[in-house]
Amino acid sequence: MEELAWFAGIATCVKLLLIPSYRSTDFEVHRNWLALTSSLSLSNWYSDETSQWTLDYPPLFAYFEKFLSIFARLVDPKIVNLHQGLNYSADSHLFAVAAPVYFVYLLRHYCRGGFVRSIGRFVMMGMAVGVVFAVAFGPFLYYGQIQQVIHRMFPFGRGLCHAYWAPNFWVFYIILDKGLAFLLAKLGFNIQAPAASFTGGLVGDSSPFAVLPRVTPLATFMLVIVAISPCLFKAWRNPRSGMITRWVAYAYTCGFLFGWHVHEKASLHFVIPLAIVAIQRLEDAKLYFVLSIVSCYSMFPLLFEAKEYPIKVLLLLLHSLLMWSGFTSQFNKNSSSKTKAEPVQRGKSDAKMAKGRKTDEDGGVFVVGWFGTSYLLGLLGIEIWGQFLQPYLLGGEKLPFLPLMLVSIYCGLGMVYSWFWQLRWIIKCS
Amino acid sequence: MMEKKRGRKTMKDFDVDEGWLLHGGRGSSFLCITIFALLVRVMVSLHPYSGAGDAPKFGDYEAQRHWMEITLNIPAREWYHNGTSNDLSYWGLDYPPLTAYQSYVHALFIHYFHPESIALFTSRGHESPFGKLLMRWTVLSSDVLIFFPAVIYFFIAYYASRDKKQQDMAWHLAMILLGPCLILIDHGHFQYNCISLGLTIGAVGAIISKNELIACFLFSLALNHKQMSAYFAPAFFSHLLGKCLRHRNPLLRVLKLGLVVLGTFFLIWWPYLYSIDAVKEVLSRLAPFERGIYEDYVANFWCTTSVLIKWKRLFTTQLLKLFSLSATMLGVLPSMIQQIRAPSDQGFLYALLNSSFSFYLFSFQVHEKSILLPLLPASLLALEEPLLFRWLTYFALLSMFPLLCRDHLILPYVALFFLFVLIYYSPDGRLTVKRENSPVAWKKSVMTLLLLCSLLLHLMYVTLRPPVKYPFLFEAMIMLLSCSQFVILAVYSNMKQWMLLKSSTWMEKEKKVL
Repeated sequence: MEELAWFAGIATCVKLLLIPSYRSTDFEVHRNWLALTSSLSLSNWYSDETSQWTLDYPPLFAYFEKFLSIFARLVDPKIVNLHQGLNYSADSHLFAVAAPVYFVYLLRHYCRGGFVRSIGRFVMMGMAVGVVFAVAFGPFLYYGQIQQVIHRMFPFGRGLCHAYWAPNFWVFYIILDKGLAFLLAKLGFNIQAPAASFTGGLVGDSSPFAVLPRVTPLATFMLVIVAISPCLFKAWRNPRSGMITRWVAYAYTCGFLFGWHVHEKASLHFVIPLAIVAIQRLEDAKLYFVLSIVSCYSMFPLLFEAKEYPIKVLLLLLHSLLMWSGFTSQFNKNSSSKTKAEPVQRGKSDAKMAKGRKTDEDGGVFVVGWFGTSYLLGLLGIEIWGQFLQPYLLGGEKLPFLPLMLVSIYCGLGMVYSWFWQLRWIIKCS
Repeated sequence: MMEKKRGRKTMKDFDVDEGWLLHGGRGSSFLCITIFALLVRVMVSLHPYSGAGDAPKFGDYEAQRHWMEITLNIPAREWYHNGTSNDLSYWGLDYPPLTAYQSYVHALFIHYFHPESIALFTSRGHESPFGKLLMRWTVLSSDVLIFFPAVIYFFIAYYASRDKKQQDMAWHLAMILLGPCLILIDHGHFQYNCISLGLTIGAVGAIISKNELIACFLFSLALNHKQMSAYFAPAFFSHLLGKCLRHRNPLLRVLKLGLVVLGTFFLIWWPYLYSIDAVKEVLSRLAPFERGIYEDYVANFWCTTSVLIKWKRLFTTQLLKLFSLSATMLGVLPSMIQQIRAPSDQGFLYALLNSSFSFYLFSFQVHEKSILLPLLPASLLALEEPLLFRWLTYFALLSMFPLLCRDHLILPYVALFFLFVLIYYSPDGRLTVKRENSPVAWKKSVMTLLLLCSLLLHLMYVTLRPPVKYPFLFEAMIMLLSCSQFVILAVYSNMKQWMLLKSSTWMEKEKKVL
């Protein structure tokens, strides 16, 4: 507990020091929302178009901004940058992806034993959810704005990819399309260059793809549902509390991989729950070690300013080092205490193992392995290419998007691997 | 394969009692601390520098930038000479030649990326985000290339003969690398103290590992980077003299060391050795006696007592020079005698602290930032004297608070202060802090009271406006409080150094009896 508070304190100091670098677009976005929620009446929140950064998070977030804006007005406008750290504490439409899992789990968990009781519980639960939603969306419904709210929250009007390509499944789809178009053109087919861009959204009826079929929001939605289904099935069959984190993480991963207009930042939603899983099993820890580095690295293009460069690199280095020493101590302690304790007091060590929820038998030490190591070294190679070699060899103007594309593709490989691995584990584990 | 090997090695090293942060071998925890120290420096460098946007004189940042402009564009002979292209009244060079060379090297770097920020004449008061970034990177790279390796060298030398727990070593490293004062001055305010202090640490490491010739070379470099390094000179001199006297051939030994010092000086001063006048010209730039015995509100003896005795009004500068020289020498004498009589590594570290304290308190023209010099040996002694180091850091920070306030560095000041306290009381390093001989109750309450006073002064300085009659009332109060603490700490560390002598002679006697 004391250690936890200590780390929280250190992290707070680091965040305090980082305040001057908060003037990002996101800062501007949030500042605009603050101004919006504090100066306009509720009925206009979702229809204001004065700035390009329109409000596109659900109502709870809008209330949160309103809440902050009260303080902002009281103290000093400058104090408000502090809320950047809270960025993730309140965004909720991304959580919609995980909702089915929670729902099935809760349903099954609560509704066991007795049909009447289960119905009662179900109604109670439904009411709880309903009340939250009613409080959140109610005022907008009252003002007849609900269409506007839903339109803003699910940005199907935007493109398949965010301005920076998130490293997900669609990156490979796009690359495949480009590759095929190139090949077919070489073979003599007449391939028309697509009129629309991937990030620009659905401009008229033109498809951004040259060869492959066009991806619609509905298709991405269906793919996400299909990808989540094994996990939903498992949750329905056997709702175990020990697995809920893993399932939620998996659902987020699916949403990230196959979703429409996914942002790189969304990978945090499954990396954080996976961290909780990681300390329980050695195999998960190994996977998490690589995955969290990949996820962190995939966000590098977001912090593009030169003054931020050393910070992000050092933070990632420090993060990996701490993770490495944390995992080695966690698992090597377990394995060494097991070997030490075994001859004399077996019972005690068993109790310790049970307490640590350590289920695997191998009891190995934490090593990243040659596969993970070479993958991470590749990451280093891509960074060196993008930052130093390409500007030096090709000059600043040629192929400006190549480094970003490389980052997306390479990180996408890691993400897909992680997804596949999680899926295998979920299917295997009964 | 390599990974496996490493895994096995950590298994062997593993000790159940150690915290997880320190697990994974000595290397990884030290690396963590080093990377974190670097990260903190980078983050502080995001904040404003001294004199940002404050025309027409700006501040230390502009001074350093201007020196780069001068050293890049005019020949070395004219760097210290007032001329048509070098106006010495506008931030003229007032550090020894090594600083000028360092400016030249950094100027080459900046010229490559952003020539307009150091162009002759046209770049006066140049301020741009990219220019700032490049300037910040020159400090960061100096820190990484000089201060960090020097600290590691010191560590290897210092712990070669000692049997210390890994926790203690990691804590000590964090204390040296994450000292808030040096980071705030170098990466916030903007200076290159990391170079001269790094060279000094290197020299200390060389002395501990018995490489006296290297020590002389490194310390001469430090002296030639900032003349303030002379604060440590009595300690180096007396320690080396004491050792030479115990040598088989003392005269030859002294000759060797002297030759190294002279040789280094000769090399560095080469461009000015063509005439006596040129040397005199440089020297006159280094010792600005016309500025008076003190400036602003520095927490040393002269400035603090000037509340009662108006030194500047009562005495001529000539007389004051004599006063300050004799007071400084008197303050240094006890620790010098101790080191000549019984030179030891531990005593040497105390001597460094005592001589720099004496210079800070009594010498002529001391700046607030010079408290960094006593802080350096105090940080090297942090494991033996945790309480002294903590106390000195608190009040060194307080004494520099008005300066850092002017630079708009309150935010990093607060963050680094809490970071320091957190790391000092880190869960893994608690063993060390326990050794901070817990003082008796009345001392404890006095200390708490003093800390409360310090906190109150911080708050008053930021929020209240001083009375019109005494516009510098808060500065004076901060100065009084800090100075009183420095005096107490200086007396204490002098006593400790002499107690070392007693205990060592006592031990020798014991040995003889046995």
